[in-house]
Amino acid sequence: MANVSYRKERIDRGIKARTDDIFAIASLQETLYLLFPRLLLIVPLVVFPLLQGIIGAYWETVFLIALVVTLLALSWDLLASVGLVSLGQALFYGVGGYFTAFLSNYLGLPPLISIPLATVSGASVCTLLLYPVLRLRGVYFGLITFAIPLLLMRTIEATKILGGTEGISGLAPLPGLTVELYVMVAIAFVGVFGLRRLIDTDYGLVLRAIRDNDRSVEAGGINVPWYKAQAVFIAALPATFAGAFIAHHYQVVGMSAFALDYSVLPLTAVVIGGPGSFAGALLGAFVLVPLSETLRQFGTLRVVIYSVILLIFVVGLPEGIFRFAQRKYQQFERLVPMEEVAKE
Amino acid sequence: MKQQPILKVADLSKSFGGVHAVNGVGFELQPGETLGIIGPNGSGKSTLINLITGFVKPDSGKVIFRGQDITGAPPFKIVTSGIARSFQMARSFSSMPVYKNLIVPLYSARARKLKGGQYGDRDETAIHLLEEVGFERDSSVPYKLAGSLPHGYVKRLELARCLALDPEIIILDELFSGMSMSEVASILPLLERINEEGKTLIMVEHRLRELFRVVNRAIVLNFGTKIAEGTPEEVVAVQEVRDAYLGSETEDA
Ligand SMILES: Nc1ncnc2c1ncn2[C@@H]1O[C@H](COP(=O)(O)OP(=O)(O)O)[C@@H](O)[C@H]1O
Ligand SMILES: [Mg+2]
Repeated sequence: MANVSYRKERIDRGIKARTDDIFAIASLQETLYLLFPRLLLIVPLVVFPLLQGIIGAYWETVFLIALVVTLLALSWDLLASVGLVSLGQALFYGVGGYFTAFLSNYLGLPPLISIPLATVSGASVCTLLLYPVLRLRGVYFGLITFAIPLLLMRTIEATKILGGTEGISGLAPLPGLTVELYVMVAIAFVGVFGLRRLIDTDYGLVLRAIRDNDRSVEAGGINVPWYKAQAVFIAALPATFAGAFIAHHYQVVGMSAFALDYSVLPLTAVVIGGPGSFAGALLGAFVLVPLSETLRQFGTLRVVIYSVILLIFVVGLPEGIFRFAQRKYQQFERLVPMEEVAKE
Repeated sequence: MKQQPILKVADLSKSFGGVHAVNGVGFELQPGETLGIIGPNGSGKSTLINLITGFVKPDSGKVIFRGQDITGAPPFKIVTSGIARSFQMARSFSSMPVYKNLIVPLYSARARKLKGGQYGDRDETAIHLLEEVGFERDSSVPYKLAGSLPHGYVKRLELARCLALDPEIIILDELFSGMSMSEVASILPLLERINEEGKTLIMVEHRLRELFRVVNRAIVLNFGTKIAEGTPEEVVAVQEVRDAYLGSETEDA
């Protein structure tokens, strides 16, 4: 009988546990309980860049790409939290890349300045660009975001602006792979934990409410288009950063920055990892990117295997890896004493 | 001796395709007054409310709130200036707990200026508002996911959202539909109290007996046109009203 009652209690406590967060760190056991899953995310990411000698530069680059997809996926997840389904994350990625290339090559700014500047100005421009279509819902917004990067790509190709098909090369270099990996890891952490916090605040709640029912939010005295625009700006930041950073990594940015891959991979990563959790974006990216690299040796069969894995997740585990793991962890570990159950 | 009206609606019209949903409707409302809007289904009541609150832009006509022209202003601005409304087709923020639904209006620019709208007070204020509209404080209902609420509770949540904004005018679109008799009976005193506190009320309602307990004046719409206006007694006495609307409705009311 005891087993049955505390299992239910576990699931119900979700809301309260969150507000308890700060006060819960009373005992060592509680602290460890809260810390363990976070360490599980943090430690491997911090250790991996040190293993370059053992794993080799190839897998370190795969690791870097996984971090890029993580940032794009975080961006996707925040947009989805306000009900905007993006099929064009490549827009942010490409804009970040081209902006830093401009700042670096034409204005001669060092990466330390050009990357942050490109991140913020790129995000602003993307927000302005998307502002007119923010009122569109569901698939219509998706279609527009899908079309814009492709449109930009063809425009660059046809008009030969911004280096045309050649792209812009000769960007200032970054200090080396290890430093680059750590910067990206740090930004990914800031993204995951920052966004998890943000979405839990009253501000984040308003954003999620817009997804649920924007009419009621408007009737609540909230300027919905303005909040959506803010969300797009915040969501664009990690993605434009990724684009700018990688442009300096390769020291070149080209049309391929607007390629479909950068729109599809983040979306898929979130599906695998679990939407709405941000940690899922990270987990998903680190499952998806190494996987698709491994599958390269299977040639065309790769697509089949890839699709099957996607299908398994969409059908079999729609909540994603993160929420599944979280649920299991809380159910298994956090046994509540009987008097706490009785209190309800 | 007439004061300046708090709300003045003049010659509002709106067509959808060929349908004249609202056709040259006008009325005035004094501060603290209660107005009922009645009429058969599809007569333009909800559209009239949408026009007043900015959710639908009028083809012509004016909406003047406290002497200010708010015609066609965005809904959030109209709310900020002091007109709150409920929806006939009420929907909650289903993915969050019931009380968190009220954090949204409490986060608005208007509510943040009020007592209880500040950061840190909002959860408590939300629970208090729920209590006011008849959610039992000590039950688990306020903490449940709003998606699991029965329809009557969703309607009361709508009313709580209006109250959270401490508006000068509250417009309720068929608040009672989907509520049980006992639910309606428990809400009526609250509406009377809200009005006694000086708030102006506009109610669209099919249950005339309950409506007339709260409102002291009514307008009647039929095919988008105002066909009568006056006290409940005056309105019910008009033959055109009986023909258009009351004939079928009063029997089962
Ligand atoms: N958004 C809309 N698009 C098209 N027609 C509408 C729309 N809203 C209302 N109508 C039409 O306007 C008329 C009035 O509807 P409504 O205002 O909802 O009436 P009521 O609330 O009195 O039942 C109806 O004929 C309805 O079909
Ligand atoms: Mg209606």
